[in-house]
Amino acid sequence: METFRTYDTGDFYDELIEANGRPRSGAQLLVDKIESLPAGDLVLRQKAAEAMLLKMGITFNVYGRDEGTEKIMPFDIIPRIVSSSDWQQLESGLKQRIFALNEFIQDVYNDKRILKDKVVPEDLILTSRTYRKECEGFTPPRGIWCHVTGTDLVRDSDGCFYVLEDNLRCPSGVSYVLENRQVLKRTFPQVFGASRVRPVDDYPTKLLEMLEFLAPDNVQTPTIGVLTPGIYNSAYFEHSFLSQQMGVELVEGQDLVVADGFVHMLTTKGLKRVDVLYRRIDDDFIDPAVFRPDSMLGVKGLIEVYKAGRIAMANAPGTGIADDKVIYAYVPKIIKYYTGEEAILPNVPTYICRDDQDRAYVLAHLDQLVVKAANESGGYGMLVGPHATETERAVFAEKIAAEPRNYMAQPTISLSRVPTIVGDRIEGRHVDLRPYVLFGEEIYVQPGGLTRVALTKGSLVVNSSQGGGSKDTWVL
Amino acid sequence: MLSRVANSIYWMCRYIERAENVARFISVNLNLLLDMPSEKGKHWEPLVMITGDQALFEKKNSDYNRDAVIRFLTFDRGYPNSILSCLAAARENGRSIREIISSEMWEHLNNFYLELADAKSLTMALEDPHRFFKIIQMRSHLFTGLMDSTMSHGEAWNFARIGMMMERADKTSRILDVKYFMLLPQADLVNTPIDNIQWTAVLKSASAFEMYRKEHHHITPRKVAGFLIFDSQFPRSIRHCITKAQICLHRINGSPTGSASNVAEKMLGRLKADIEYTDIDEVVDHGLHEYLDRLQTRLNQVDGAIGTTFFNLKPLIENATQEQSQA
Repeated sequence: METFRTYDTGDFYDELIEANGRPRSGAQLLVDKIESLPAGDLVLRQKAAEAMLLKMGITFNVYGRDEGTEKIMPFDIIPRIVSSSDWQQLESGLKQRIFALNEFIQDVYNDKRILKDKVVPEDLILTSRTYRKECEGFTPPRGIWCHVTGTDLVRDSDGCFYVLEDNLRCPSGVSYVLENRQVLKRTFPQVFGASRVRPVDDYPTKLLEMLEFLAPDNVQTPTIGVLTPGIYNSAYFEHSFLSQQMGVELVEGQDLVVADGFVHMLTTKGLKRVDVLYRRIDDDFIDPAVFRPDSMLGVKGLIEVYKAGRIAMANAPGTGIADDKVIYAYVPKIIKYYTGEEAILPNVPTYICRDDQDRAYVLAHLDQLVVKAANESGGYGMLVGPHATETERAVFAEKIAAEPRNYMAQPTISLSRVPTIVGDRIEGRHVDLRPYVLFGEEIYVQPGGLTRVALTKGSLVVNSSQGGGSKDTWVL
Repeated sequence: MLSRVANSIYWMCRYIERAENVARFISVNLNLLLDMPSEKGKHWEPLVMITGDQALFEKKNSDYNRDAVIRFLTFDRGYPNSILSCLAAARENGRSIREIISSEMWEHLNNFYLELADAKSLTMALEDPHRFFKIIQMRSHLFTGLMDSTMSHGEAWNFARIGMMMERADKTSRILDVKYFMLLPQADLVNTPIDNIQWTAVLKSASAFEMYRKEHHHITPRKVAGFLIFDSQFPRSIRHCITKAQICLHRINGSPTGSASNVAEKMLGRLKADIEYTDIDEVVDHGLHEYLDRLQTRLNQVDGAIGTTFFNLKPLIENATQEQSQA
């Protein structure tokens, strides 16, 4: 039976329940509500929420599987609740971090001061797969590179938040935040109303304002498009959703051409000039004339128009340099270098495999560490040491020895947990948190973010492509 | 609007209309069989003939029995015009433009497809086909109704209507063609009860029976053909479909009907004028089959002209830039 009376927080930090079994201050209303429901009612509400998501067609595609490629993102109706004091720290920490990373990208492609001052090793930058030589000497419109960021945060058993990774290229998931909220408002209407949860629905408006802010100066009412790889992309739903919410065009590469020095859409009435693109295609595929020539998704000649200042793009090409997982280790130093302040949000301690001492330690402690490749995402190219087999560890040891630059390792964080419906019981499951940050005229942090939950008992991998789900996130 | 979007919405509606037509054909045939002396297979083959895909059917099946035809026309994913394939295609198109269509349309279409793709559907189609195909038809109508009442009647809607009307005109011409071909040679059956039932079925295949009765009362092959081609008010007559398609086409460019500002308008206008100034006696004298065959070709040409006028700008642009750089 679904109740908190038998709930066990274990040795983990629980986001709703204190170690003594009492609800945390902001969670009291919710816990009381769930306790007051007749037996079976919570599961029924869960089923109703899932049916709603399927009916709305809120699905994602899983790469590398032919059949049943379309799934709903598993969703758990018990929300994660973030207190307002925790949130204040997160918000100021994220603003500081994004500001510094933007300075860093601008510097790396232009003056290279931070490299000359040897705060970050130069060869690390130049050997990064996400470093774009084509961006050297370039300053994007308004000096902003990373317009949209989704930063992954985790909370350890000490109750502190740590930054796990920065996603500055095409972070996805914000549409789930908005849709999860719609569903949850209908699932727990009274508790939601009484808890005074901060709204997340501002996001599309803020995104639109940010995109308008980038438009070339001489353009009064800019034409804006969301550039998607198409319906087979795993985040297609989100691309379509955001363009619908903003009321802008959703375009594919095949809808755009470069002519007369501008980018145009092909419309039923001829060509129409585009001024700003929120592109959701990776750098590699965005312009076959500059990056991968075999790309069918991009627009030939786009980068040339972009460099001439005749179209703006979010995010700028080249931002990937700042979410290289090895360069990540230097972010606290980067923050200090550009702001003079200590980082408000700490990093997870990181061992850099190109460093001989660190590498020796990593290879000797593979069974305790999480190892990550510098430029993989979605939970791919990753070893969770304590949960891996002897053979898997041996394979990774070889990879590290062969290409030390490309790997880093971190101690296993015992991620915090949130009560989650499992069958007809409530059990703790591990979560992370991805807030979304917009950098336009000012920096905006959406109050909430995507709480991803590892639905398998004991699992620490929260990625949707690896069996993770999501929860609504309530910031009070 | 984007050419790709216009193309998708046009095809989304064509596929829904196509699925509904197939469901209606099967439904009418099932009813017809209740009144007919049993002759194995004879009554299921024409259904596949209407689609024009006998070769594909025969490659997969040895004879035209009820279950094989229902499976083929309804659930065969390898057959591009089966109801399931049509809905899958309509939904893929809908998915690529869901920011353009209303959520009501998208949610209905999504649900429509998901339930049809469910294994339970096949069982129901074989065990209770009357109910099953009725549901398919009603869901298609619901989609059309949602489109009409939840989506602005702007450019996208006009493309949707053109797609639907072109498909409907094509299907009506095919029903008529196949049935006329099948029924007419049996001179000994003329004016027998069987003959009447057959022609009633033709009308029902186009949902036209009741409306025909109000107009003509008695059922004769010539009048049935005339009604399905030339009636100006019946929503599935070829003339009506073409008239409606023309209105929508001219709304897109804002040009008045009666003149043409592009190839598509020109070709559709000519087709409409021809239909308006032709009658059924003329058609029968020259051969109904030849007339319908020519009509289908012209419908295809209009479809092609809509494509080059609105959907496929790219080749034109590439040619233009090539010419410019050579000059």
